[in-house]
Amino acid sequence: MNDWINASVLIAHDIGLHARPSVKFTKLAKGFSSEIEIASALGGPWFDAKSIVRVMAIKAGTGSTLHLRARGSDAGAAIATLSGFVASDFDKDRAYAASD
Amino acid sequence: MLPAIEIRGKPASEGIFTGPVVNLGVTRLASRPARDAAVERAELESAIAAAIAAVKALAARNAGTAADILEFQIAMLEDGTLRQRALAAIKQGASAADAWWRVLENEIAGYTNSNDQNFSARGADLRDIRDRVVRKLTGQDFAQMKSGSIFVSDDLAPTLFLEADWSQGGAIALRSGSSSSHVAILARSRGVPMVIGLGEAWPNACDHAIVDGTEGLVLAAPPPALVDIYTKRSAAETAQRDHDRKFLLAPARRRDGTPVEVQLNIARAEELDRIDPASCDGIGLVRSEFLFRDAASLPGEEEQYLAYRGILQWANGKPVTIRTFDVGGDKPLRGLTAEGNGNPLTGLRGVRLTLARSGLFRIQLRALARAAIHGNLKVMLPMVILPRDLEQSAALFDRCVAELRNEGVNCARPPLGIMVEVPAAAIAPELFAKAAFFSIGTNDLTQFVMAASRDEACAAELEEAAHPAIARLIAGVAAFGRENGIPVSLCGDMASAPQHLPLLLEAGVNSLSVTPAALARVKSALSRI
Repeated sequence: MNDWINASVLIAHDIGLHARPSVKFTKLAKGFSSEIEIASALGGPWFDAKSIVRVMAIKAGTGSTLHLRARGSDAGAAIATLSGFVASDFDKDRAYAASD
Repeated sequence: MLPAIEIRGKPASEGIFTGPVVNLGVTRLASRPARDAAVERAELESAIAAAIAAVKALAARNAGTAADILEFQIAMLEDGTLRQRALAAIKQGASAADAWWRVLENEIAGYTNSNDQNFSARGADLRDIRDRVVRKLTGQDFAQMKSGSIFVSDDLAPTLFLEADWSQGGAIALRSGSSSSHVAILARSRGVPMVIGLGEAWPNACDHAIVDGTEGLVLAAPPPALVDIYTKRSAAETAQRDHDRKFLLAPARRRDGTPVEVQLNIARAEELDRIDPASCDGIGLVRSEFLFRDAASLPGEEEQYLAYRGILQWANGKPVTIRTFDVGGDKPLRGLTAEGNGNPLTGLRGVRLTLARSGLFRIQLRALARAAIHGNLKVMLPMVILPRDLEQSAALFDRCVAELRNEGVNCARPPLGIMVEVPAAAIAPELFAKAAFFSIGTNDLTQFVMAASRDEACAAELEEAAHPAIARLIAGVAAFGRENGIPVSLCGDMASAPQHLPLLLEAGVNSLSVTPAALARVKSALSRI
């Protein structure tokens, strides 16, 4: 129960984990009861994945690897959902494409 | 009559506006001694709550990009992290305003220090959050942003832009600012002219100005005659732009219906974010040396692969022509070119420089071969002069592909073409019959043929004229291509200038690659030729 479940995922999106995907990312994370943390290096430091202030502060740019870990009753599902979200280029987020 | 004072900045949103100047106040931290911690705490909580409510109300009136930007601010304000830090400072004796300001200043520094402008530009959103709460705490109120004014400030908060009334037009003139800021994105989408980077040159007593967001300059205190000229130009530009816009999504055709291929020149992947792939026939030139300009060193294979793949995915099957690193001469690149050599006539530049540093060239060719499986990729060599420039590059490309296959890596060998931009190649195109395609680079070709460096203002006059020598070289290359089944396109600035299009079509060029801002204009002009 106290073991972390880990995953690492490459950020291929051409702008990185920027403002809009960070909003979505933390919203997804808050949907799980498990403790979830992210880091830009495997050795940490680790930050709360439910805090947009923390997630943005990592400044995970394109081509960087995002490390995720979770522990709790729904840790497996949390890791699968969040790493899937990053791997899908944040649900095919296109930065501010629509109106202009 | 006194002339207007011209202040040069950078364009952030095109268009011209003339009107009264409104200096926007700057939110200041009016420090005062802290009262009881419980009082300060309650005040901070209520100011944050009021800020959230105000931004939410704004979000309810907006959609799309604007709503996304506001949602980001709401999420930051609702996040306990900043609040907790400010509450800790209050516990240590700070006033609510002091505490919030200090915590946000710290956070803003982390953003503005970033080399990645997608992150550094978010500093403006954090300043917006900081100021909204501090204004509430210190009772500062901004003058109503009256419609039809030019707003002058250091930078403009996105929420202030959205709160302002733009129904009577208006413009933004910023001393600092960034063209990738949220407010710049909003200004472009609403058609509000905006100039950034004006510096401290703003005259004190100036209550009227012209903002030229297309050229990136401000004319302060203009005489009536100048206002008249600009008003007419503005009306003409708007009418022309509205007319041109109708052509943006349609395939490019001449008056008689003959199709013309129109592709795009890009330097940074972000440029594609605002472009509908349906509006072009592909990407005719990716200036790969600019994709990584912010990086501290040349990127590795993986980073290059991801960047190229992203562009191919955007194009969704349409052709993408990536030019290998064109550095040296007037385009130095850290870690690759010798320091302090700004002479464009240096012998070692473009493809010969990368061939001489084949370790770095191999990384790029490997990344390109890996990306090639994700779309319709073509690769182009810059500054080709000798047949062996092409032959050696092709052999190296083949070796890279063989290596990757040996390593079990999925890849493809894209067709390899050349830029025709040195007079030697333009005069003797038959030396390059093995090239998969030719792309005529008129910028370098013009400066080498005309003995006029393109950095000098006087050269503009020479370029304007479209010298018969240039026209003859272009026609010769196009004819050789036609007779030998080698596709020829043209990617220099000439292709983006409507006045040169008749000459290019006359010379037999049927494929153009233009800057994104010129796309609608070029298609519209083609329809009249």
